[in-house]
Amino acid sequence: MDGIFEYLMSFAAYVPGYAGAFVIAIEVAAVTIVISWMCGLVGVLAKLSRYRVLRYPAEFYIWFIRGTPQLVQVFLVYFGLPQVGLNLDPFVAGALALGVGSGAYVAEIFRSGLLAIPKGQPESAHALGMNNALTFRRVIFPQMIRIVVPALTNEAINTLKNTSLLSTITIMELTLYTQAVIAATFRPFEFYVIVSVLYLLITTVLTQFAKWYERRYALYL
Amino acid sequence: MNPGSPTEGPLLRIEQLHKSFGDHEVLKGVSLSVAKGEVIAIVGASGSGKSTLLRCVNVLEIPTSGRMYFGGREIDYHRLTQSRAGARELAELRASVGMVFQSYNLWPHRTVLENVTEAPIHVKGVPRADAIAEAESLLESIGLSDKRNEYPARLSGGQQQRVAIVRALAMKPEIMLFDEVTSALDPELVGEVLDLMTVLASQDMTMLVVTHEMGFARHVSHRVIFVHEGEFAEEAPARDFFTSPNHPATRQFLGRILRDDQVERHDVH
Ligand SMILES: Nc1ncnc2c1ncn2[C@@H]1O[C@H](COP(=O)(O)OP(=O)(O)O)[C@@H](O)[C@H]1O
Ligand SMILES: [Mg+2]
Repeated sequence: MDGIFEYLMSFAAYVPGYAGAFVIAIEVAAVTIVISWMCGLVGVLAKLSRYRVLRYPAEFYIWFIRGTPQLVQVFLVYFGLPQVGLNLDPFVAGALALGVGSGAYVAEIFRSGLLAIPKGQPESAHALGMNNALTFRRVIFPQMIRIVVPALTNEAINTLKNTSLLSTITIMELTLYTQAVIAATFRPFEFYVIVSVLYLLITTVLTQFAKWYERRYALYL
Repeated sequence: MNPGSPTEGPLLRIEQLHKSFGDHEVLKGVSLSVAKGEVIAIVGASGSGKSTLLRCVNVLEIPTSGRMYFGGREIDYHRLTQSRAGARELAELRASVGMVFQSYNLWPHRTVLENVTEAPIHVKGVPRADAIAEAESLLESIGLSDKRNEYPARLSGGQQQRVAIVRALAMKPEIMLFDEVTSALDPELVGEVLDLMTVLASQDMTMLVVTHEMGFARHVSHRVIFVHEGEFAEEAPARDFFTSPNHPATRQFLGRILRDDQVERHDVH
């Protein structure tokens, strides 16, 4: 009995460290997600624009991001940009790289959401005198959001998992902290299990949210 | 053009309207004059250009050529769609021209009441409280007050279409365009929508009604226009249209549609 108690107590020393790493992972994920939504919205509006000067850059952006590994994108921002005089703090560089990277996928999610809205929706708004901006804000955008929330949640889950890539640029999030603990304890199995459980905790909450949301809004869409 | 008294003369006048999509000429120079309070039924085969005609009236389509006057003022399509000042005029024109579609097109994310108040508040700048009061009295008049806080998906097709009509009426339009508004409805729900349109006609609303409901065309409309391949093949007072059609295509069309006994089935009393 004593043995088990002592075994469990041996983890207690790492609770504050894990709490801190957990918060950092959440913070960087949250900033990343906000950046990805902004990039996604700008990206989709540019891609669907009737002006080529907007459409072409948007297509290049989506093509570049989808065709390169996210780790390379992180390195490009963190190690590459200083060479052209842009030194970014690891947190900023990490959130920026992941956010811009995820934004290309968010743009595609928004695009499929827009395509799912029947043509009659903006048409009836126009027929009532609503201009394009008002129609987008009051009729298109709210419906698009409802359609894309499940896919967007999925992308948020990916983002959260991808924060582990930032362990390579000195951000003390869950994965890097775990590696540090393992280096000191030589107990990789237990601590990789623990960190997996912590990731699962957040991803499961997000998955349940998406399910709840779908059930709730399936009622009237 | 004398802008003096828009009440004199026709409310809507269309002259030699052409509309092409690419090489496909859909409207081949149609002309029409609509007096205030007049109800005109527009009939014809699918693809003959009826929807396109209605959509040109509220600038959902831009004609290739021709002129259109609304309330005595010429509609300048180029100005309305290209300039900033034109945008405001376009909103005003569309506020004066109500349109109801075959597929209702209510906004699913807004309640019945919000569907009706949306445009008055955000396009016309009507104070929220006034818009709500107006919407409530309109919903009351069609017996749907108890549905005010429901989402459209919870309503039957007939109820949704009546809300769509009321949504257009909330803008206090001078003319209403109906584009096959009963075609998507289950047969037992057609009557309630036609009844509402009949009430509007009796209140002297000016109406252009694209329809396959020959009972409505015959008994409620004043004039019937038969559109055939982008042209007005026949135009006659409602009572003459059904008894003595001139154009062979009209006779063929009537023969086909009346064989389905539509006049009796959806007769409006
Ligand atoms: N936006 C469009 N682009 C290309 N062709 C169109 C468009 N809208 C309508 N048409 C064509 O114009 C013709 C007339 O259409 P429409 O006015 O909808 O006829 P109706 O309402 O009488 O059935 C059809 O052949 C249709 O395919
Ligand atoms: Mg049509």
